[in-house]
Amino acid sequence: MAKINVKEVLFEPIFNNNPIALQILGVCSALAVTSQLSTALTMSIALTLVTAFSGFFISMIRNFIPNSIRMIVQVMIIAALVIVVDQVLQAFSYGLSRQLSVFVGLIITNCIVMGRAEAFAMSNPPVPSFLDGIGNGLGYSFILIVLGAVRELLGSGSLLGYQIIPLVNDGGWYLPNGMLLLPPSAFFIIGFIIWALRAWKPEQVEEEDFKIAPNSRASDVL
Amino acid sequence: MAFNKDSVGGTLIAAFIICLVCGIVVSTAAVSLRPMQEENRVLDRQTNILVAAGLYREGINVPEAFAEVERQYVELGTATLVEASEVPDDYDQRTPSESTRLSDEEDIASVRNLPKWGEVYLVRDEQDNIETIVLPVQGYGLWSTMYGFLSLEGDANTIAGLVFYDHGETPGLGAEIENKNWQALWEGKKLLSDNGDLNFEVIKGNVDDRTPNKDNKVDGLSGATLTSKGVSNMVRFWVGDKAYGPYLKSIRESGN
Repeated sequence: MAKINVKEVLFEPIFNNNPIALQILGVCSALAVTSQLSTALTMSIALTLVTAFSGFFISMIRNFIPNSIRMIVQVMIIAALVIVVDQVLQAFSYGLSRQLSVFVGLIITNCIVMGRAEAFAMSNPPVPSFLDGIGNGLGYSFILIVLGAVRELLGSGSLLGYQIIPLVNDGGWYLPNGMLLLPPSAFFIIGFIIWALRAWKPEQVEEEDFKIAPNSRASDVL
Repeated sequence: MAFNKDSVGGTLIAAFIICLVCGIVVSTAAVSLRPMQEENRVLDRQTNILVAAGLYREGINVPEAFAEVERQYVELGTATLVEASEVPDDYDQRTPSESTRLSDEEDIASVRNLPKWGEVYLVRDEQDNIETIVLPVQGYGLWSTMYGFLSLEGDANTIAGLVFYDHGETPGLGAEIENKNWQALWEGKKLLSDNGDLNFEVIKGNVDDRTPNKDNKVDGLSGATLTSKGVSNMVRFWVGDKAYGPYLKSIRESGN
């Protein structure tokens, strides 16, 4: 088996093979938790830990997992880890766990975790799987943190709860853009990020499924 | 190979072992972290009572401020106060050890089992007059039971605030019951109409100047009709005759 390049496994998913921007996985939670930077950060850490450790444990027992129930076993390990993360959050950071509420539980269904377990951990040793989980978690975190920062800064004029731009309501000059606090704005920002990434790295542009015909002239139609 | 993981028996054994290990890990985490979670919950509850009473400020010492709040127990459905010593130490109104089963007609808020005793939190001013009355309330929304605190001014009629600390309503729609702007609409609303009957309601749509009895009505949440209805029923139940109604009536009459 080819030697695993640690740097590649760790940093490839951030720009070159980003789970959200290239694989378009895990978008649901990226919309839901990024209206503030603090929740985005917590979610990033939680997802990175779950992806890394689920990769580690699944890879450890990959030769023991019966093929017919391998998906169920993966989900089970992921679910156990998510519950542990949720319990830890409830114990140490009650306010955040209430804000994240259902979304921590939904890490179980996050396609990134499942995707890495099936695609990488099932066929690689534990340590590279762990690193792969961290790497993909970082890729996810990168997008989430950008989203959280842009949305919180422009939507409420603050970062991590500290007021950066004085708001009109408090006598400042900035009229916050309320749309950025709503989930659809995350779609727009993800769209811009994908655009920027693909302009920078044109090899990420997907091949067109259909070729669009050249514009027809009005005279052709008539 | 002695152990064939892909045979039926092997699959069962592997599944069993994995289940067992996961089960042990999850339950260890849950049990060992429970005391800290409990502590957080108590602190959160106290914070919410202070918020409902309008005493909460950013950065205050919550247990200290909470010590200023007077706690009473009321036998629900009556105006009788109960000594705290009569109530078991671990008594929890949410899962009461002593309760009566409500009939379907009475049970508008789907409380099912009415606790025997109800907690009341009182904030008094320097002259010992009641300033705020905080009542724990619960009622069924769209998905599950919503838990919160309703606070009334000293006249036991004017609403001073409403907060929720636990619910499972739809994020973005029903979960807007946590929205501060919506909660602010409750302040100053009256439970009773001019003739003294309970007349409170969360209506569908907005309350404006043309709405009859607008002092008794709060705007419903758009996109969350059933949650709004649940909140309405919840308030009506807990200030009604079955629960805190008689107690509030006695405060209205005697003034303390």
